[in-house]
Amino acid sequence: MPETAPRGSATNAAAEVRRDSRWRRLRRLPITLYLGGLLVFLFVFVALLSFVWTPYPPNHLNLRNRLAGPGTPGFLLGTDRAGRDVVTELMLGARNSLYVSVVSTVVAMVLGSAIGLAIAGSHRVAQGPLTRLVDAGLALPGILIALVLAAKLGAGNTTATLAIIAWQVPVAARVTIGPARQVLALDFVEAAYGYGRRKPYVMVRHVLPNISPLLIVLGSVMFAAAILIEAALAFLGVGVQPPTSSWGRFLNETQSLLEAAPYLMFFPGLAIVLTALGFNLLGDGLRTVLDPQQARSGLA
Amino acid sequence: MALVEVENMWFHYPRARLGAGVEGWTLQDISVQVQAQSTLGIVGESGSGKSTLIRVMCGLLRHQRGVVRFDGRDIAGLSGRDAVDRRQRNQMVFQNPRRSLDPRMTIRRSLSEPVRALLDRSPDDTEMTGWLERVGLGPDVLPRFPHQLSGGQLQRIGIARSLSVNPTILYADEPVSALDVSVQAQVLNLLMDLREQLGLTLVMVSHDLGVVSRMCAEIVVMRHGAVIESGPTEVVLGAPATDYTRALLHAARAASLEREGAEG
Repeated sequence: MPETAPRGSATNAAAEVRRDSRWRRLRRLPITLYLGGLLVFLFVFVALLSFVWTPYPPNHLNLRNRLAGPGTPGFLLGTDRAGRDVVTELMLGARNSLYVSVVSTVVAMVLGSAIGLAIAGSHRVAQGPLTRLVDAGLALPGILIALVLAAKLGAGNTTATLAIIAWQVPVAARVTIGPARQVLALDFVEAAYGYGRRKPYVMVRHVLPNISPLLIVLGSVMFAAAILIEAALAFLGVGVQPPTSSWGRFLNETQSLLEAAPYLMFFPGLAIVLTALGFNLLGDGLRTVLDPQQARSGLA
Repeated sequence: MALVEVENMWFHYPRARLGAGVEGWTLQDISVQVQAQSTLGIVGESGSGKSTLIRVMCGLLRHQRGVVRFDGRDIAGLSGRDAVDRRQRNQMVFQNPRRSLDPRMTIRRSLSEPVRALLDRSPDDTEMTGWLERVGLGPDVLPRFPHQLSGGQLQRIGIARSLSVNPTILYADEPVSALDVSVQAQVLNLLMDLREQLGLTLVMVSHDLGVVSRMCAEIVVMRHGAVIESGPTEVVLGAPATDYTRALLHAARAASLEREGAEG
């Protein structure tokens, strides 16, 4: 039979070809993936580094060097009005950003995709109304949710985290429903039901792995959004409170000095932009790499 | 007693708009019998309900009216061990193997799924190698993913998967129409050989009358969700009782002449 799989030495040759093409695939990876990966790595590295080392201790006031410009010896990016080192503040701000965005993204992804899967697998009569309910959740503006929560719970990291979760759960759910339903319509799902598998098994073993590329991309984009919202909430004073450092609050505290010391707003703004950009680029790169069509032609 | 008996069976898909008559029903008043160890071909144009019919017979879809009996028992009334037993003895080979094998599962996992689900044990590689040998494949496909294999190889794996739980009856829904012409004959021959070796009953859906007349002793002709003609293949195709069957035959002859013309 001519189409029977090759054996023996032919298998070794095939394995070699596969290794070779894997190396070529690595070099063909999109530049966005490398750039995004680098920015995200830097962000996480700086945030983790702040636990063991910062140029100055947190909230250390250099009263003799207040409002020092960037490049002042000992203060690479200068100091703020109270004489706090900007590099130290930015490193601590990265830590807070990372904390809030990790917690909110992980919780929102798990909750949201679980809800999405449940709706996709629900009875067809319930599916329409449930999907519209998620759409209604999507329509709620995130900032509004945060302000309501802040009025109820008081400002702080918990409020910011909860607000981001409440805002992103419908997003994750809505994005999951369609692709999950597409997978459920495929023959291997029918086959699985045919040999007696139940819905939860099909959801976890068949649907979830098949939509996982989408969820990975969604996760990285949601991460970027979470960092932006955390900064926005902190800027509005709804997020984390002093003395914990945050990029958004740093922006807020220094806006009155826009003319006297513009660099004080420039650096935290740049940090926010680069981090959000990093996660977006990473998501974009992952989308290209994990696209099933591309993966198939790349490996075949 | 026939192995499968379908009596005055009606089926409609969810959300169908049902009228007072036959409109909305995908299958209308179907009666079919399949004798043990026989071969039945179901033919008809696209949308005639042939794939739906074998899904109901196989138990993948549930009919609304009438009775479907397997081995003398109404399949709607089965539960527990009996239902599992019926699932195990009724297996299906799907049309497109790229859609019927999970792209995210290794062949090892996909192949072992029916035994895991129905017999509640995990087969070892030696056992699976035996299943693969039956369909002419080696154990080297076990760690692969579907996208690394050809359509013909995947359909062989689909067949091996169906046979892993020792079914009594095998349903094949256009088993070769998604494959290259060059491997279609191989897969069909494989099905015939396995049927003889294992004493299987085979119910095959096809729009290719040539294939059905070669492989099946009995034939059912469907149109618009109803059976319009049935009986031994040579009788039905030799002296068609309806214009529709004559038209199908005519179209099949024209297609085969065209093929010969293209080859010559």
